[in-house]
Amino acid sequence: MEKLDARGLSCPEPVIMIRKAMLSGGERYEMVVDNTAAKENVTRYAQHQGYQVAVTASGGEYTLTMTK
Amino acid sequence: MGVKQERTAIVLAGLVIGVVAVALVLLGNPANMGFCIACFLRDISGGLGLHRAAAVQYLRPEIPGLVLGSFAVALVKKEFAPRGGSSPITRFVLGFFVMIGCLMFLGCPFRMILRLAGGDGNALFGFVGFAAGILAGVFFLNKGYSLKRTYRQPAAEGGVLPAIMAVLLVLLAAAPSFIFFTEAGGGPGALHAAVLVSLAAGLLVGALAQRTRLCMVGGIRDLVLFREPKLLMGFAAIFVAALVGSLCLGKFVPGFAGQPVAHTDGLWNALGMFLTGYGCVLLGGCPLRQLVLAGEGNADSAVTVVGLLVGAAFAHNFGLASSGAGPTGAGKIAVITGIAVVSAIACANTFGKKE
Repeated sequence: MEKLDARGLSCPEPVIMIRKAMLSGGERYEMVVDNTAAKENVTRYAQHQGYQVAVTASGGEYTLTMTK
Repeated sequence: MGVKQERTAIVLAGLVIGVVAVALVLLGNPANMGFCIACFLRDISGGLGLHRAAAVQYLRPEIPGLVLGSFAVALVKKEFAPRGGSSPITRFVLGFFVMIGCLMFLGCPFRMILRLAGGDGNALFGFVGFAAGILAGVFFLNKGYSLKRTYRQPAAEGGVLPAIMAVLLVLLAAAPSFIFFTEAGGGPGALHAAVLVSLAAGLLVGALAQRTRLCMVGGIRDLVLFREPKLLMGFAAIFVAALVGSLCLGKFVPGFAGQPVAHTDGLWNALGMFLTGYGCVLLGGCPLRQLVLAGEGNADSAVTVVGLLVGAAFAHNFGLASSGAGPTGAGKIAVITGIAVVSAIACANTFGKKE
């Protein structure tokens, strides 16, 4: 599983980051973001790419687990 | 919220915002200027005496409304998150030149939509330049452009710009002698809806934009980058609502010459908006989005807003802003300089980032 840290980055950077990572066609990715816009945008992008997204929130940070 | 609900929400918000924009013109704002973040910040800059262009001086309450509307909703939704430290002075410079581009064209991307909806054909040139500027910015995003990450900041840091906005409202209400107001009949600064109406409109639009992440540059950017149409749908909804509104009220006047607060120089309309679109993509959002993010506690966006304000002051102090008569020579030099500076910033933060 590939882990990505997009904390502090604002959109569209987290989405560009996950797009680049997903080019390798992995089954599972985990990304940490710290703002709701990034959470929404990455979730939407991953869903469009056919991934299921699970979100866990803690202390203002969101961990998105994306699985195919 | 699922994708469908998100899209429905941003379309509804766009429609409401388009109607509010038309209503503000009906209630006294300058034509095709229900909202214009650039024009309003320029008027505020003048109201504070940072420039002395007597025709454009008024502490437009829509701007504090936008910031405070976003601030209030962010607090309620627990999305108020003070952060900053992502290349603030670079953002200041980008904000400065985004304003130079806007005042070449005579409007921010938001007003560009409203001008199109009012039949102003000159805005078509602006739109072409705007789209090209966004593509230029997207090129660098794809190559790895980044202004680096933000860091959490104390609550007070995130509250500074909302507090400044509240002070602007107090100054508007108290109208002390050091605050400038365009005299009646003296220009666009004298044309405005009643203070409370403008404030309420700002609060409403700020709240809607915060919830939907509405952004005028994000639409084309996300469509090109990710084939994601959500933000563009908001952009289109504002256009449709404003178009229907101006048609219903008989305010739709198609043409190029004699359009309100506009000039007919196609090349410079396009280049002005090219600079604006380019700079906004590198900032991560249009001037409206910067105000909304600042309301959410983003200190970098607050610095960007200050850059916009200072850019407006320079534009009028040094004769860079266009008028109905057309662009100025100094304005053309400033726009070309701006494109060069923005390109240098783009290159430095794309290719020069050896960790």
